[in-house]
Amino acid sequence: MSANHDDRHHSPDPHGRALRLGVGGPVGSGKTALVAALCRTLGPVLRLGVVTNDIYTTEDADFLRRAGVLDPERIVAVQTGCCPHTAIRDDIAANIDAVETLEERFGPLDLVIVESGGDNLTATFSRGLADQQIFVLDVSGGDKVPRKGGPGVTSADLLVINKTDLAKHVGADLTVMSRDAAAVRDGKPVLFTSIREVPEVYSVAEWVHGVVQSWAHTQAHHPHGPVVPTANA
Amino acid sequence: MDAALLLLADSRLPAGGHAHSGGAEQAVRAGAITGTEDLARFLRGRLATTGLVTAALSAAACHLAVLLGSHGEDGGRPWTEPSAAAAAESETDARAAWRELDAEADARTASPAQRYAARTQGRLLLRSGRRIWPSPVLDTLAQAVPDGVHHPIALGAVAAAAGCSRHDAAMAAAYTSITGPATAAVRLLGLDPVVVHRVLAGLVPDLSGVARTATAAASGTVEAGVAARGTAAEAVLRIAWEELPAHAAPALDLLAEQHLRTEVRLFVS
Amino acid sequence: MGVTTGGTTEVTPVQAIGAAPVRGGTGRRALFARAAVATALSGGRTVLDTLRSAPPLTLRQTGPGTVHLVATAAGPLGGDDLGLSIDVAPGTVLTIASVASTLVLPGPEESAESVLVVDARVGAGATLVYAPEPTVLAAGCAHRMVVRLTLEEGASVSWREEIVFGRHGERPGRCHARFDTTAGGVPLLRQEFVVGDPAVDASPAVYGDARCVGTTLLAGPAFGTPPGEAVISAGCAVLPLAGQGTLVSALAPDAPTLRARLTWGETQILPA
Ligand SMILES: Nc1nc2c(ncn2[C@@H]2O[C@H](COP(=O)(O)OP(=O)(O)O)[C@@H](O)[C@H]2O)c(=O)[nH]1
Ligand SMILES: [Mg+2]
Repeated sequence: MSANHDDRHHSPDPHGRALRLGVGGPVGSGKTALVAALCRTLGPVLRLGVVTNDIYTTEDADFLRRAGVLDPERIVAVQTGCCPHTAIRDDIAANIDAVETLEERFGPLDLVIVESGGDNLTATFSRGLADQQIFVLDVSGGDKVPRKGGPGVTSADLLVINKTDLAKHVGADLTVMSRDAAAVRDGKPVLFTSIREVPEVYSVAEWVHGVVQSWAHTQAHHPHGPVVPTANA
Repeated sequence: MDAALLLLADSRLPAGGHAHSGGAEQAVRAGAITGTEDLARFLRGRLATTGLVTAALSAAACHLAVLLGSHGEDGGRPWTEPSAAAAAESETDARAAWRELDAEADARTASPAQRYAARTQGRLLLRSGRRIWPSPVLDTLAQAVPDGVHHPIALGAVAAAAGCSRHDAAMAAAYTSITGPATAAVRLLGLDPVVVHRVLAGLVPDLSGVARTATAAASGTVEAGVAARGTAAEAVLRIAWEELPAHAAPALDLLAEQHLRTEVRLFVS
Repeated sequence: MGVTTGGTTEVTPVQAIGAAPVRGGTGRRALFARAAVATALSGGRTVLDTLRSAPPLTLRQTGPGTVHLVATAAGPLGGDDLGLSIDVAPGTVLTIASVASTLVLPGPEESAESVLVVDARVGAGATLVYAPEPTVLAAGCAHRMVVRLTLEEGASVSWREEIVFGRHGERPGRCHARFDTTAGGVPLLRQEFVVGDPAVDASPAVYGDARCVGTTLLAGPAFGTPPGEAVISAGCAVLPLAGQGTLVSALAPDAPTLRARLTWGETQILPA
């Protein structure tokens, strides 16, 4: 029996759905700020949905709703029972449910961003949940963090090192961070940002827009495939 | 016991269970659980009430799934004929049978917060269950209750798809009715996990008793239905599910509603 | 058959068959009794078509469409087998109350349960208010209570049950109560309350430190519309059911507090 319209339990179909982008990284590194920035910059050109995994309450979701960057209904909060990494890696069921609910209600969508509740450097998204993932570090943790590596730093599709405006205050050397990150990341991209100074985060938005376009291209033949406008982001 | 029961009852089953505390988070906040002794009492009471009811619903759902899924095999569903119309009719009947059992779960769940938690967990479990143990019976169930069936019903149906017995299904429901809150209390209060597991070990006789009682209740109900109505076809549609246990836990209802209205919470329920 | 159509009439019990004539501590033997009340519509008014008492279940009409249960013997006692049938005819209105609380006592034989089965049918467009005083579980009692409530299309009901765990400072005996309500053939509420296993009773998941549990089921057009979502206060939850109806559920340290909580909860239902 195949999935039909009144069947909300259908197994994730790898074709004809939005790109799922995971945004992970330690607490306070700027994940929510980045999600807000992406919504602001990409909102006019992409059909978006956001899932937050708040550790407490629905703080991140509320922040995003208040920021007015996206229709509040398109922001869904998922509770993770003290275990934010479980919700993005070992038991992704609640996040999948939230993503699919957004797609059903507002679909077709081009991009659904899932923000992790924030965890240590070992936390990464399951490939069953995120097609692409961004790991967000900030400079205030010191310039040794990229060298220490960890799955988030080494394997994320994009590493964002945020709060460059604070580098001088905390004595972090951005060239060291850049070199160390490149060494452990096997050529995968690293972007430096200061969301405080450049709230549009053009560089990250451009990268995201690129991966959404290639995602759409890989499933262009699917009858329900999303259509991504090609306007300049 | 079927080995699949181990997979089904494992807290690592990716079905969203880890985010539910079964009232434990609110009980901790209210000061009703402060340590392992309170926790033991909480779990014992939960098992004797919600645990028994969900175990019976789970066993019943497992039974129903087997009845509905038995067409094609040894004689099959008596009302199944090889015509498309008959197949569609039996599909409609099957959906109606699932909705009836789901309505029984609703009638046993007075608290809207508890119904919401049960349906959310049921939807997540069924989604994962269908990918792990694909089965037409699970597809029918998903279509019968598209917003999410009550968790114990999903559990029983998935148990059947996994090849588990009714007793296994009841055991899985009884077991998860106490392990979820126990784990939540470990995380929330920093309790010694070994001591908490000793508490759980102390509840093993109760667990076995609940699973036995629940299975007997479900089997008795279905068999009475079959005996009274002659054919499985009629029985499936008119099983006297009302006979299943309906033990209330008024404190859990209160905790569930308070939890939903608390701003800072780590668990869904 | 005792038929009354108005005024206060005590109806002679027509059926009070003594069971095994064993004398207990309260000085009476176990009883088998079937009491019944049924309404009919007569000239647009509710009249009592049947009012049949059977000690210890004695029914008295105390007003038009109002019946009180009065205690004419101690108990229920272990070994008693009691049945009450209530039939509210379509379009009629019936209120059932009681004069005093019911004290459930152990019988002469330790193991013998007392059993009370209440079967109630509320016809289309009819209204039943069932609000007896609390059931108090005395030490050593073993009580079984079964309520089967059938609501027909457009029927209204307000059904209150209060269970008190023992007299003052007393440990309760055992009780197993079951309530089943169907509305238009669909299950609306099914609940069982078990009292008497201290390890379960005192569980923070079940009754915690409460000594009383009570519920009021409100359903049907006469009792307004359920609140859009649950309403809670200390020890009381007003729970909109999945079907058309609301359950007020309360826990309390004592009977007056329980009553106050249930009464508060009942007022949370939006008026008709
Ligand atoms: N100085 C500075 N602060 C930032 C920057 N980006 C975010 N923040 C602040 O860092 C704090 C944590 O950000 P948030 O996005 O909530 O972090 P999350 O926990 O990773 O989601 C907030 O107070 C932000 O305003 C930045 O580029 N520079
Ligand atoms: Mg955040």
